[in-house]
Amino acid sequence: MDSAAATASALETDTRREAIRVEDLHKSFGNLEVLKGVDLTAQQGDVVAIIGGSGSGKSTMLRCINFLETPSSGKIVIGGEEVAMRGDGSPANQRQIERIRTKLAMVFQQFNLWTHRTLLENVIEVPVHVLKVPKAKAIARALELLNRVGLGGKEDTYPAYLSGGQQQRAAIARALAVDPSAMLFDEPTSALDPELVGEVLTVIRDLAAEGRTMLLVTHEMKFAREVANHVVYLYQGRIEEQGPPAEVFGNPQSERLKQFLSSVA
Amino acid sequence: MTGLFELLGLGASAELLSLSGWGGNLLRGLANSLQIAFGAFGLGLVIGLFGAYGKLYGGKVTRDLLAIYTTVIRAVPELVLILILYYVGSDIINKISEAMGGGRVEINGVAAGIWVLGVVQGAYATEVLRGAIQAVPVGQIEAAKSYGMPAFMIMRRVTIPAMMSFAVPGLANLWLIATKDTALLAVVGFNELTLETRQAASSTRAYFTFFLAAGFLYLMVTLCSGAVFARIEKWARRGQPSLKGGTS
Repeated sequence: MDSAAATASALETDTRREAIRVEDLHKSFGNLEVLKGVDLTAQQGDVVAIIGGSGSGKSTMLRCINFLETPSSGKIVIGGEEVAMRGDGSPANQRQIERIRTKLAMVFQQFNLWTHRTLLENVIEVPVHVLKVPKAKAIARALELLNRVGLGGKEDTYPAYLSGGQQQRAAIARALAVDPSAMLFDEPTSALDPELVGEVLTVIRDLAAEGRTMLLVTHEMKFAREVANHVVYLYQGRIEEQGPPAEVFGNPQSERLKQFLSSVA
Repeated sequence: MTGLFELLGLGASAELLSLSGWGGNLLRGLANSLQIAFGAFGLGLVIGLFGAYGKLYGGKVTRDLLAIYTTVIRAVPELVLILILYYVGSDIINKISEAMGGGRVEINGVAAGIWVLGVVQGAYATEVLRGAIQAVPVGQIEAAKSYGMPAFMIMRRVTIPAMMSFAVPGLANLWLIATKDTALLAVVGFNELTLETRQAASSTRAYFTFFLAAGFLYLMVTLCSGAVFARIEKWARRGQPSLKGGTS
């Protein structure tokens, strides 16, 4: 470990700020190869927007990062710590992956709040039971977070009684409650009615502005352009093009990206 | 008033059913029945939970063994199963006892009843709970995973509470079946409510009185259970809007 660190000292300044690194990530479902070798690095404070058509592998890639999907091969490094993988790509050390997952908060397309728990219970669940934060402290923090996402006073409501936008904002509060080092957004507005999209994007925009590290799979191109500092375009399991949003959106190089942008505009 | 009672034979019935008469025996039988039903239902739940998880997440061997268990138990009539399990069970225990140099063991009726009915209940509970676990939206379990919950905590904090609303109606059925299946234990000479009733009836020749009384006791058990399960179901469905609309 020490000798490796010494030889890699030139990289050290770089890796210290590194939040998420994905190297040569492959993923197949049976015969279907969804990811064909993806490399991606996000530094702390980066907001990386991942765009692409349906079936391009963008959600799969995000889900491989916290091992909700088991990669077929590749390397995933979170906060400088490589996830130990078995030959088949499954995590070799369940404890390690559980610990790493607590640093990566995921926000799902379908919100995935626990329906038998109130908003407050949803938000304190992981801090209290996984991170062992004292309950009183977790509750105080949860109320603060619910307030922040505009759900003050709704803490005793069950998710089913809320609109999709409210549920997604509660899910974001749940994600913030674990004090994540990076947040993974998997199409957070795709399941929402058009008039509810804005309220969720406002919350995400605020989070980006305060310098949180985020990976954001999205169909909202305008939003991606506005909040991201790096945009990745996936096409059929490969990164077709990436760069700063002004470049990717303003001056797309590949034919496929041009076509994609004109089809979603 | 007393005249009317005499006319209908109610006075005699009341005397027969008094606690100092045969009524006490019936209540003791009921207590035995309930004890077994509780034990068997509880044992069935434990078996069912392991069985359901085994069927859903177990390896091939586990799944095959569980498939044999649930198929055989549900295929054979309960009366036959009770006879088989009771005599096989006591036979095995005696063989073990003799092998270890002991004499024949007196099998405790309550324990035997709980084991026999528990094994039967377990097969049905496995299927009820398996269905309920499968009905839990996969996203809720994924959310728990993605936040670093270990498997056992996911089961305790997410899967089991979330499946309860799907499982309670089926489990309520199983409980009622358990209370009534205790009557089948009469065939192996266990002093539960039905056997006590039969003894009281044949000793006094007042068949109608005693079987009516027993029927009434079973009905009371069902009604009380219904009330209890209604509360449990309401609790299990917390957070889910009722189908009728409005808040539940």
